[in-house]
Amino acid sequence: MNIAAPLPPTQSPPEAPRTVRARNALELQNASVVFGSGDMAVTALAPTNLKLPDGDFLALVGPSGCGKSTILRLVSNLIKPSDGVVLVGGREASAKQLRIGMAFQNPTMLPWLTIEQNVMMPLKIVQPFKARFRAERKGEFRDRVHQLLGQVGLSDFAGHYPWQLSGGMLQRSNLCRALIHEPDLLLLDEPFGALDQFTREELWQILQDLYLERKPTVLLVTHDLREAGFLANRICVMSARPGRIISDETVNIPQPRDIDMIYSPEFVEMTQGLRELIAQVRK
Amino acid sequence: MTEKNRIRMMSFSLIFGFFLMWEVLCVLLNVSDLVLPRPSEIMVTLWVKFPILLPHILQTLYSTLTGFVLGVAIGVALGVIVGTSKVAYAVAYPLLVGFSSIPKVAVVPIFVLWFGSGTTPAILTAMVICVFPIVVNIATGLAATEPDLEDVLKTLGASKSEILWNVGLPRTMPYFFAALKVAITLSFVGAVLSETVASNRGIGNVMMTASSNFQVSLVFAGLIILALLGVALYALFSVLERRVTGWATRGNDFSIT
Repeated sequence: MNIAAPLPPTQSPPEAPRTVRARNALELQNASVVFGSGDMAVTALAPTNLKLPDGDFLALVGPSGCGKSTILRLVSNLIKPSDGVVLVGGREASAKQLRIGMAFQNPTMLPWLTIEQNVMMPLKIVQPFKARFRAERKGEFRDRVHQLLGQVGLSDFAGHYPWQLSGGMLQRSNLCRALIHEPDLLLLDEPFGALDQFTREELWQILQDLYLERKPTVLLVTHDLREAGFLANRICVMSARPGRIISDETVNIPQPRDIDMIYSPEFVEMTQGLRELIAQVRK
Repeated sequence: MTEKNRIRMMSFSLIFGFFLMWEVLCVLLNVSDLVLPRPSEIMVTLWVKFPILLPHILQTLYSTLTGFVLGVAIGVALGVIVGTSKVAYAVAYPLLVGFSSIPKVAVVPIFVLWFGSGTTPAILTAMVICVFPIVVNIATGLAATEPDLEDVLKTLGASKSEILWNVGLPRTMPYFFAALKVAITLSFVGAVLSETVASNRGIGNVMMTASSNFQVSLVFAGLIILALLGVALYALFSVLERRVTGWATRGNDFSIT
C-alpha cells in the first residue's frame, strides 16, 4: 500500500491515479465569507482557492468553526461569497450548471412524508426528472427509489415515516435522497457525525460503493480523520477561523478500500500526521 | 381499543348525566318553564317543531359555511403573504392584531348598513370573524418553518413557490387545522349573531322571535341545534386533521404494524 506523506503542504495539484478530465466540477477563486459588518463582522472564510476536478473525492477536515461548512454552503448556493468567485461546473454557483446532491449533518427528513416520498423529493424538483414526475411517480421513479433504498438496506422501510426510524436509518435515507437524482456534485456535511462507530463504518462502505458505481464529484466535510482517509482521494486541512486551506494531500490508496485498512500502520501514520497538523492550527 | 372505548363511554355518560341532573333539579326545585325548561320538554319541542325549524337550520348552515369558506380562503391567502416575507410579517402584524381585537359584534351594524338585513351580513360576519385566527396561524406556521427543511429544497434549486408547496404549507398544516377548528365555531357565532340582529330567517332569528313570544323551550331547542351543528363540524375537521397531520401527533393510527 502506498500512502502519501501528509506533510509538508504542497501547492501543486495532486497527482492521483485517476482519469484527468479537463473540467473542474468546482472552483473557488479567492472566495471569502464575512458575516455582519463593521465591528461585528466575523470572517467565516478567509480568501480561499480550491479546485476540484470532475470525479474527485475531496475531504475537508479542520477544527470546529473553521469554515468547512461555509464552503459547502457557498457551493450549494445557500450563501453568496462576500468576495471572490465560486464556480460550479465552470459557471457561477447560482447558475445551477451541475446537479447538486447534498446531505446535511441532521437527516432533515420531512416529517409528513414517508421515507419513499422523502427520497423521491429531488425527482420532483430537479430537471430533467421534474418534467416526468407526475407520470413516473408510481412507475420507474418508484422502482429507482426502492432500488436505492435496497442498496442501503432500507427496503422494508420505504413506507415508514421518519420518526419511526433510528438515527442510522435516517442517515441512510439522507444519503439516498442526496443521490437519487444522480448528482454531478455530491456535498456531504458531516453526514455520519451522530452515529456509533459500527454504523458509521458500515455507511462508509455503502458510500464508497455508491461513489465507485456512479463517480460523482464529492466534497465531504468531516471531523473524523479516518473517515476522510478511508473515503477520499484527496484531503484538505483547514486552519482555525478565519479558515483557509493549509494542506492539500492526495491519498494514494487504490479503491475500493477495505475497512480493515484503517488499522494498518501506514493508514494510522497518515491520520496521525493530519491530527498533528490540526492540533497545531487549533492554537 | 378498550381504553378508547372506555373513554368514549365516560364521555357519553358525562353528557347524559348533565342532562339528567338538569331534569332532576328542575323537577325538585320546581323551576318554571318560563325560566328554564326541562330537557325532556325541549326535546319534545324540538321533535314537534322540527319541520318548521329545518329551513332555518339550513339557512344558518348555509350562511355559516359560505362565510367560513370565504374567510378561510382570504385567511390562507393573507397568511401566506404575511408568513413568507419577514418584512410583511413585521409590518402587518400590528394591524392584524388591531383588527382581530375588534369585537365582531360591532361590525354587524356596519354590514347591515351597507347590505341591508338578511343573508349577506350573516355571511360577512361569519367571514370576518374567522379570517384572523387563520391568518395568524398560517403566518406563524410559515414563519416557524425550520430553515434546515427549506435548505434541503434550496440546494436542489427549488423555486420559492416549490419550497412553499413542498415544505412551508405542509409544515403549517397542524397550525392550520388548529385554526380551522376555532374558525368553524366562531363562524357559527358570527352567523347567528347577525341573524339575531338583522334577519327574518335562520336559527338566530328563530331564537329571537321565540324569546319575545316567551316560547322558552323553543329558544333552548335553538341552542341545542347550534351546539349539535357545532360539534358535528368540529368533529368533521378533527377527522380531517388526523388524516392530514397524523405525522405531527403520531397517533395510534400511524404506528408500525
